[in-house]
Amino acid sequence: MSSAEPQLYQQRIPIHPRSVQGRFRKLKYAVLALAYGVYFLLPWLRWQRPVGVHQAVLFDIPGRRFYLFDLVVQAQDIFWLAGLLMIAALLLFFVTGIAGRVWCGYFCFQTLWTDVFMLIEHAIQGERPARLRLAKQPWDGEKIRKMAATWAAWFAVSLLTALTFTLYWADAPTLLGEMFAGSAPFAAYATTLLLTCTTFVMAGLAREQVCTYMCPYARFQSAMFDSDTLIVAYDARRGEGRAKIATGDRTREERRAQGHGDCIDCGYCVQVCPVGIDIRKGLQMQCISCALCIDACDTIMDKLGWPRGLIRYTSDQALAGRKTRLLKPKTFGYGAALAAAIGLLAWSVGTRASFDATVEQVRQPLFVQLSDGRLQNSYEIKLNAKTMAPGRLRIGVEGLPGAELDLQGLSDTVALAPEQRLRLLVKLKAPAGAEGKRRDFDFVITPVEGLGEAPVRRPAAFYFKE
Amino acid sequence: MSDTKTEQNTQPAVQTTGHAWDGDLQEFNNPLPRWWLWSFYATVVFAVVYWIVYPSWPVGGTWLKGVASATVTVDDQQKTVDWNTRSMLLEDLQSGPEAVRQRKYLEQVAAADFAQIQKDPQMLAFARSAGKQLFSDNCAACHGAGGQGVIGLFPNLADDDWLWGGTYQDIQYTLTHGRKGYMPAFKTVLSAQQLDEVARYVLTLSGEAQPSDASERGKAIFQGNVGGCFMCHGTDGKGIKSMGSANLSDKVWTIVDEPGAGDEQAKLGVVKTAIANGVWDSRNMPAWLGRLSDADIKLLTVYVHQLGGGQ
Repeated sequence: MSSAEPQLYQQRIPIHPRSVQGRFRKLKYAVLALAYGVYFLLPWLRWQRPVGVHQAVLFDIPGRRFYLFDLVVQAQDIFWLAGLLMIAALLLFFVTGIAGRVWCGYFCFQTLWTDVFMLIEHAIQGERPARLRLAKQPWDGEKIRKMAATWAAWFAVSLLTALTFTLYWADAPTLLGEMFAGSAPFAAYATTLLLTCTTFVMAGLAREQVCTYMCPYARFQSAMFDSDTLIVAYDARRGEGRAKIATGDRTREERRAQGHGDCIDCGYCVQVCPVGIDIRKGLQMQCISCALCIDACDTIMDKLGWPRGLIRYTSDQALAGRKTRLLKPKTFGYGAALAAAIGLLAWSVGTRASFDATVEQVRQPLFVQLSDGRLQNSYEIKLNAKTMAPGRLRIGVEGLPGAELDLQGLSDTVALAPEQRLRLLVKLKAPAGAEGKRRDFDFVITPVEGLGEAPVRRPAAFYFKE
Repeated sequence: MSDTKTEQNTQPAVQTTGHAWDGDLQEFNNPLPRWWLWSFYATVVFAVVYWIVYPSWPVGGTWLKGVASATVTVDDQQKTVDWNTRSMLLEDLQSGPEAVRQRKYLEQVAAADFAQIQKDPQMLAFARSAGKQLFSDNCAACHGAGGQGVIGLFPNLADDDWLWGGTYQDIQYTLTHGRKGYMPAFKTVLSAQQLDEVARYVLTLSGEAQPSDASERGKAIFQGNVGGCFMCHGTDGKGIKSMGSANLSDKVWTIVDEPGAGDEQAKLGVVKTAIANGVWDSRNMPAWLGRLSDADIKLLTVYVHQLGGGQ
C-alpha cells in the first residue's frame, strides 16, 4: 500500500443490501410504522384550549410557548428541556450499557429513513443482483428511467418529511395553505428546503457514512460497552471453520467429522448488512445493531433444519461460555441517575405554579421623604399568568407594621388575562423613625380567582436610611 | 516500550507519507472520505460566491460592495443601497415587527386620555418602559436616573411634593412649557435677628419645636409686610401652585437639606441661609415643546406622575 499512488479521498464502496424476512425485520417495520405514524400525523391532531392554538403539539417560537397537549411550556420553563435532554442522554447510556446500540438499530431517524429509501429502491430497481447490474450498466434508457423514478420517489418522501417538520412550528392547516399560496414566512420555506435536501442526501446518498463518519456515537460506544453488553455477534465456536455445503459435507454430523462448523459461508449475513460489514469478523465500529444479519442467518438455519442463533444477540461473556450479568454496577448507576432525573422532571412539571411573581426594589432612589413625614419605597412587581383561564390576584404586604400599600389608582386585586405578563409599580409608605436602617418583609400575592390556591410570598426590604 | 507494537505497526496496511523520522517514525496518510472532500470544495465555492454577492474584500480606502442590494424604508422613504447590515438594522428598528408593535402601543397611548391610561395596567407598563428611555435621555442629567433630583437645584420627582402641581395636566404643562423658580434674597431686607426669628417660625410650620417667643416674632415678619413671605407661600405656608412656591408646612425640603442637617443649630442655619440668599437662577426647567413630540411628552408625563405619586 505504501508504494501506491497517494489518494485524495477514500472512495465509498456502494452497498446494495439484500432484503430479508424475519423476527427482527418485522419488529423494525412495526417501529417504523409507529414512528412514521406519530411523526406525520401528530401536527394534524387538534386540541381544544381556552386560549392559544388548537393544535396538540406546537412549538411556537415567536410566542415563546411550547404546546404539548394539556401542558403549555413557557419560556421560563425552558430548563425542562435541559431535564429532557439529560434524561435522553442517561437513557441512552443506560440502554446502551445493557443492550448495545438499540437506538441506532431500531429508532434512529437515520436508520428509519434509510430503511424507507431502501424499500423504494427495492420496489423500483428490484432485488440486490438487479441493483448491482443496474449500477454497472451504462446510462441507457432503462437506467435513466429507473434512477429518475427512484430519485423522484426519494424526493417526494424528503419533501413530505421536511414539510411535516415545518408544520410543528405553526398552525398546521394555516401554514400548509400559506406554503402553497406563497405567503408563508421565509423561515418556513428555508426550513423545508434545507430539510428536503438533508433528508435526500443523508437517507438516499450518504446512508451508512452518516453513522460511520458523522455520528459520534460509533466512536464512543466502546466507552459504554462492556463484556456483559448485548451485541449482535457471530458464534465463532459453533460456526468455524466455515465451509460451503458440499456432497458428503451436508449434515451437521458429517461437517463435525470433517472439522467444519455450522457456517456454510453463504454470505447472506453480509449481503443484508446495511453498513456493509461482515459480522463474522466480530464487533465492529460500523455495526448499528440492526439485527438483520440475525434474520438472514436464522432463515438459512431454518432451511437447513439446524438450530437458530449462529448469529444472535449475545454478549462477550456468553460467547466465552459464562453467564451474562444484567445487574452490574453500571446498570444501577445509570438506572439511579435516570430514575432521579425522570422523578425530578415529573415533580417539576407536576407542581408547576399557575403564576409567577417577582419583586424588585426600585433602588434609585432607595427611599424618599414624603410630605406627611412618612418614607416611601417603590417596588416593581412582575406578574406572569401561566394558566389558560383569566384570574385575579391580590397584592398584600406582611411584616411591615403601619405600612400603606399604594397601587396608585389600581385596586389591590389585579386582573390577569390568560397568559398575561404584567409589570406593576407599587409604592409602600411607612412611618419614619423605625429602628434600624432596613426592615425585611414579604409581599404576599394571593390568588383571588383562578390561578391556583397557594399564595406566593416574595421577600423584600424597606429602607429607612441609606 | 519496544514490545508494545500495535497491530497497525506490524501490518502497514495504511498508507504513510513516505518519510521516516529518527529511523522508524512515520506518519499515516489516511485518505479522507469522499463526501468530506466534496464538502470542503463546496465551502470554497460558497466563499467565492459570497465574495461576489456580498461586501467582502477591502480595496484601498474602500471595499468591494458586492452585487447584492437592499431596499430599505427609513423615515418613510424607500431607497435602494448596496447590501449592508447597518441599513438592515435601521430598517428593522423602524419597520421591523417589534417596531410595528411598539408603534401600535404608542398610538394607543397617544389617543387615550390620562384617566384611561391610569386604569389600564398594560398601558401604564408601556409608559413606564418607554418613559424610562425618554427620561434617561432627556431628564436624568438633572433629575437623576430615578428622578431623585438634587436638593437646592433640581426637584425630587420621586416624592409626593409638587411645586407646580402634581396632576397629569400640571405635569404635562410643566414639561411642555418649562418652569422658572424664584425667591428673593432677604439678607439686605431683614436683620440677622429677624432672619433667625423667621427661620424659627418656618421650622415650626413643619412641626419642629422652637422657642415660642422667637417664633411668634418670626410669624409677625412672615405674615406681615416686613418679610411679606405670605404673599408667595400663603398665610398657612402651604405654598401657591401657580407661583411654584414651596410648601413650608410639610416634611419635604427641596432647597436646603434640613433632614440631613445634624443638630438644632445646623437646621436653623440651613433655613436661615435659604431665606438670606433666596433662589436665584438655579431652578430653571427648560420647555420641551418642539424638542419632544406630544406623544413623548405624554409618555413622560405618565412616567413622572407614577414615579413618586402624582395627584
